[in-house]
This record gives sequence, C-alpha cells and structure tokens, in this order.
Amino acid sequence: MKGFLLSFQSEFYKTRKTLSFWCAIILPLFIGLLAFAIFYTKSEKFIMVQPMMLWIQFAMISLGIMGTLLLPMYTIFIAYSVNSVEHKADTWKTLFSLPLSRWSVYGAKFFYAVFLVFLCLALFALFTIGFGNLLSILKPELKFNNYHMEQQLLQIYFKLFLSSLGILAIQFLLSLLWADFLKPMGIGFVATITGVIAASKNWEYTYAFPYAHPMAALSSMIKHNNDQTKDLQIDIFTKDVFVSLGVAIVVFIAGYFIVLKKSVK
Amino acid sequence: MVIRTEGLSFSFDKHQVVKSLSLQVPAGSIYGFLGPNGAGKTTTIKMLLNLLKTDQGSIHIFGQELQSNRINILSQIGSLIEQPAIYHHLTGKENLLNRAMLLQVNENRVDKMLKLVQLTNAAHKKAGQYSLGMKQRLGIALALLSDPKLLILDEPTNGLDPNGIIEIRELMIRLVQEQGKTVFISSHLLAEIEKMATHVGIINQGELLFQGSVKDLENISQPQVQIEADNTVDAANLLKRHDFVVNNINHERLYIPFTSKQQIGEINSLLVQNGITVFGINKQQKDLEKLFLDITKSN
Repeated sequence: MKGFLLSFQSEFYKTRKTLSFWCAIILPLFIGLLAFAIFYTKSEKFIMVQPMMLWIQFAMISLGIMGTLLLPMYTIFIAYSVNSVEHKADTWKTLFSLPLSRWSVYGAKFFYAVFLVFLCLALFALFTIGFGNLLSILKPELKFNNYHMEQQLLQIYFKLFLSSLGILAIQFLLSLLWADFLKPMGIGFVATITGVIAASKNWEYTYAFPYAHPMAALSSMIKHNNDQTKDLQIDIFTKDVFVSLGVAIVVFIAGYFIVLKKSVK
Repeated sequence: MVIRTEGLSFSFDKHQVVKSLSLQVPAGSIYGFLGPNGAGKTTTIKMLLNLLKTDQGSIHIFGQELQSNRINILSQIGSLIEQPAIYHHLTGKENLLNRAMLLQVNENRVDKMLKLVQLTNAAHKKAGQYSLGMKQRLGIALALLSDPKLLILDEPTNGLDPNGIIEIRELMIRLVQEQGKTVFISSHLLAEIEKMATHVGIINQGELLFQGSVKDLENISQPQVQIEADNTVDAANLLKRHDFVVNNINHERLYIPFTSKQQIGEINSLLVQNGITVFGINKQQKDLEKLFLDITKSN
C-alpha cells in the first residue's frame, strides 16, 4: 500500500507541470466562464425563464458538451498522457526496476488517471454552481437564487464520472501497451463517434458500449416516476453505469495481469 | 558471489539472444561485462533486473533467488540501462527528487548526488536541455541515489567526453575501494574495461566466451609493443640479436610481445643507442575481434 501511495504521489509530482494536469482545471474553468459570459451579456433573454429551467439551461451548456463529445475525448487524452510520460522518457524500464511492486506502479498510474477525470468533473459541478450563484448576485433579475439544484448537479456529474470509467480502463490499457499517439487515439476517436451515433439514435444496446456511456448517462439520468413532484430526481445507477463499472473492473484487472507477464523492452 | 546465474537463456521470438549464461560476480569487484553491440549485454542486464522473464536458468543476487525476492533485491541495486531514463519536462533536480520520493531517500542525498556528478549548476535546468554527457551523469546520479550495494551500469560512458569517462572510472574505483560496493558494468571497449575492472566476462552472440580476473584475461589478450622507426628491418635484426621475439614487421612498424613497462624503456634505449630513430613506441591492445578469435582458438 505504501508503494502505491508513493507512486501516486510521484505521478502527481511528474505531471503537475504538464498539460494533462492543468487540462483538468482549465477545461471546466473555460467552459464555465463561457456559460457565465453568455448569461451575463445576454441576461435580458433569460429574464422570463423559470428559475428551474434557468438553472437547467445554464448547466446544460457544460453538460451538453461534456456528455456528447468532450468527456470521452478528455478521458482518452488523460489515459494517453499519463502513460506517454513514461513512453516519451523511456522510463518504464526504470519504473519497473525500482523496489516497488508492479501492482503499485500500474495501480497508482491508473488511479491517478481516474483522479484526473474525477477532478475535472468535480470542478465542472463546482464551477457551474459557483458561476450560477455569482450570476444571482451580479444579475439579480435572473432568478438563480429562487431554485437550488446543487445536489442534482453533483449527482449528474458523479454519474458522468462513473460512466466514463469503462472508456478510461480500455484506453488506459491501449495507451500502456502502445507507445505511439495515433493508435489509441484513433481507436478511441472512432469508437467515440460510433458511441455518439449509437446513443443519439437510441440504439437498444447502447448501454453495452462503453464509448456511448457518457451520452447514455445523460439521457437516462431523469428518474421517471409517476408522482409529479416538482423536483428533478437523478437516477445515478442505471444499466449503462453498471456496464461501465463492470468493464472498468474487468479491463483493469486484465491489464494488471498483462503488466505482470509483460517483458519491459 | 553478489550475482550468480546458471544456464541463463533468453529468446526474442525464435532468435536466441542469450545462451546458457553462467555469470559469477564476486563481492567488491568491478565486473566488466564486455561484448560487441548486439552480443546480448543489455538483454542480460534486463534479466538481472527482472525486466525480462528468463526462459531458462536461474538468477541469484545477494544469495537470494531473484523472482521470489524481487523487491528486497531491487532495493539494494542502482541501475542505468541504455540511455538514461529522464523526464525531459522536469529539471535535473526534480528528476532526482521524484526518485528520492519513490525510494524514500532523504532529500539531502539529492544535492549530494548533484555535486558528485557535477550538475549542481545545471540543477534547475530542464533535463531535456541537457547535453548527452549531462544526461548520462544525471542517470548515474539517479542510480547512486539510494546508496545501493550493487550498481548495474549499461555502457555508462556512452556519450561522455574523455574527461567525463575518467571521472566515471575514478568514481567507480572509489565506490568499490572505499565503500565496498560491487559494480557490474557493460562495455564494448576492451581498453576501457581493462582500466578499471577487477573481473571480466566476455560475451559474444549470447555466449560467455571468457570469465575470470583481469590477470587471466591478460594472459590471453597478450598485448604487444608497437615500434615505429626509420628502419624497421635493422631494428628487428638488432632486437633479435638481443633475444627479443619479433612478432610482426612491415615498412613502418614492428611488434614485440609486451612483458613490462621496463621492457619498453629497454627497447627504446637499445634502438636509440644503435643509431635507429624511434618515431613512436607504445603498448598496444588487441581489439575485441582479435581477442574473440584467440579465445575461441584457445578453447
């Protein structure tokens, strides 16, 4: 366990000055600011909107982009970049000749990638809530303060996070095995496009295809219950999320055995 | 024995790269692992570090079996394999700090190592901007960081200038003599290994051709004295009259088996006193290829 924590700490130390780390912060900040700017400059367009719909429209700017293309691509990029640090510097051989178990090195790297995706999505939720509240102060005519959906936003982003883990595990393994950029990115990109098409056409087996999960997660998030209460209820653990988690666990464990058996060239 | 392998073999696909290797590296030695490029040196080193899974044979390091005592053994080894593995986006010091974190080594060691390999002034420069020699020195600093009992270095003087090579050589000798460490160092240059090694193993096409102390090697390698003179025929006749054996002669040079430095001095004064102008006189090593031929013949 100590080896795992040391390796995790080292992953942070190595990437703290790289784009892959800062991307997790800049991406939500940038899109959050964009949404803020739209509502701030065009506030007159939103004055008549109901508070709940106002929040939904505001949140959907980030959610829409993330759910369709950005989250899968970001996940693919993170999986690539945490591994490419070692490919580029030719450091796998050194990492695996240190007195650390192979599990620590592999596990720490994978969970660091998970952490980066989590960080990015957590910041998306926080920036959405933060900028929404900032708008309610700067533009009181918009009724942001008459409705609260902090809990739902956190739940939605948590669901998105879970739905991205399947892609992350697959892409992580591909990027670990292949040193070049094009193979894992190419496969990931084609699979993402396929996923987006499958999810947007409501293909009945969308839930089984990891690259369609972020989009499927959004379309399955609203709980449809018969009592028409006003509040939105978020359904986190839908079929697609379970499949995503299952894929992540299976691929992660399979990857460990591949690393264990693999010769380091 | 610090390293002991028996019947070690390895194949890439169907091509056998290492054939039934039995290495014996005694404690407190500088073991020169000599062989031309592609002989299987790096492959052997990677097996010693458990990076490649051995097809056949066993590896014992510090008397323990490698596979089942991997972490314990690796914690006492510092290594440098091929080009030094360095994160180019981090500074030299950050590279060392990162490793210190992983090995739980006190940060004081980092500054000490920078000083040792003379990178203190370049400590805050991105390692990507280092010259080849600086990278190599940083790689050596990384290998030495945890103060390991055994150093495994794969061609550590690659890319170093003559000064750098001498520094590394002196450092290795110091580490062994003063701190009782064991150094396993690979090279394709016989002359370089002879200058520091106490023991030598010679590998060619995956097979160990020779293993023993440097003295044993000298008996086989038989260095020669090369003499360049104005009249090589007269010189050869003169030397023959004084009971020297002349191995080889051409218009410009003649060769005599080397026995000692004194002998070179004697030859020189003998020639000069008899009116022969000597342009050059020096000890000459056989190159690796000739040595291989001799070893194969003597086997």
